Amino acid sequence: MMLKHIISMRDFSRDDIDIILAKAKEFEPIARGRKSGLLSGKILSTLFYEPSTRTRLSFETAMKRLGGEVIDLGSIESSSVAKGETLADTIRVIGNYADAIVLRHPREGAARMAAEYSKVPIINAGDGAGHHPTQTLLDLYTIMRESSLSGLKIALVGDLKYGRTVHSLAYALSLYHADMTLISPRQLQMPDVIKKDLKKQGAVISETTNLEEVIGDIDVLYITRIQKERFPDPAEYQKVAGSYRITEELLKSARDRLIIMHPLPRVDEIDPAVDRTKYARYFEQSFYGVPVRMALLVMAMEAG
Amino acid sequence: MIEKEMRVRPIKHGTVIDHITAGQALNVLRILGISGTTRAVVSVAMNVPSGVLGSKDIVKVEDRELKEEEVDRISLIAPDATINIIRDFEVIEKFRVDLPEHIEGVVKCSNPNCISNTGEPVISRFAVNRKPVELRCIYCDHVISEGIAEHLI
Repeated sequence: MMLKHIISMRDFSRDDIDIILAKAKEFEPIARGRKSGLLSGKILSTLFYEPSTRTRLSFETAMKRLGGEVIDLGSIESSSVAKGETLADTIRVIGNYADAIVLRHPREGAARMAAEYSKVPIINAGDGAGHHPTQTLLDLYTIMRESSLSGLKIALVGDLKYGRTVHSLAYALSLYHADMTLISPRQLQMPDVIKKDLKKQGAVISETTNLEEVIGDIDVLYITRIQKERFPDPAEYQKVAGSYRITEELLKSARDRLIIMHPLPRVDEIDPAVDRTKYARYFEQSFYGVPVRMALLVMAMEAG
Repeated sequence: MIEKEMRVRPIKHGTVIDHITAGQALNVLRILGISGTTRAVVSVAMNVPSGVLGSKDIVKVEDRELKEEEVDRISLIAPDATINIIRDFEVIEKFRVDLPEHIEGVVKCSNPNCISNTGEPVISRFAVNRKPVELRCIYCDHVISEGIAEHLI
């Protein structure tokens, strides 16, 4: 597999994903602290045009635990970007310093364009409401490690209209022929064009607004925050905020092996009491971002 | 008979674009860059009864042979169009428009937040689905399925 840039889940076949997940498993001991010098002498540049803590820190952790160095663009206000430099120029300049670039940008398609201009691998860490493939890969890895990707029954809950992580996860799960139940308030249902696409890939999809009726019938409950910043109209946000909340009460009818995932940060979708149950996996999920990003960094730098 | 002759008066040199989806003739003119200020001799027939399509539009442009990229653009809004190249009153070439698999710099992405709609040095590019005609932006994955004519650059 020679995938130089990591832009969108659409660029990956199921075989590609399986290779990445297997590689991530090899790196797990290093992510837990075992010393490695695999990327020693390599430099990663992080370019974040939008705030992010987890994604950036987990890329930095992955790089440093593999013995590599990280250079950061710093705050946008004090950089060349504030002087009006185009992304295409910034990418070409940074490509002369670093061996790979992690990019988060507020515009959809930014990473794809950056890849066209870059001589070093671009890893997309989120482009506006578009893609966030490393999040999807760590979600798949979490399911593989904590549940199973074959014969999977999963419920995707929350904002399925604007939530980019859910779109790209649903696409990837369709490659595994997962049985997906989409649960959201009516205003936040998954767009038809995406559902059509998923069915074409072989996914089994059903839709409901009622979480209680499916909780006893699923292996994975994937819940997302309803993101205020994606709503054009604050009144629309107020109407749906807090539509779904996972409590111990709700989980009484859950399967024994159910796992609960959340890309974090959460607001009030999951009652803190749920953290102590055997179902909670969201903190493990955030850890798994490190071995998955290690695998991607190593593969990208080998290809680059 | 007289009426028919008025509609399809033979031209000496030029291009006849036939079987245009009814109602799209003016958009075809736009694609060809023909406006009120151009000097070309142009005939337009709209909503002409047609056996195959029910009704169709026809555009005839004298002294001009269409370039391939112009034909590509026409195919987006009139996928059944046929192009007749005329020299000395003879049809020397006749072909149907063919939807290309990719188009570049023809249509503007309808997603205002797409990177191709910024000051970045980037040309809009789409992957083309034939039936139905749908354009998927290479950059942001946004799909244009209706009103493609409105997004022509």
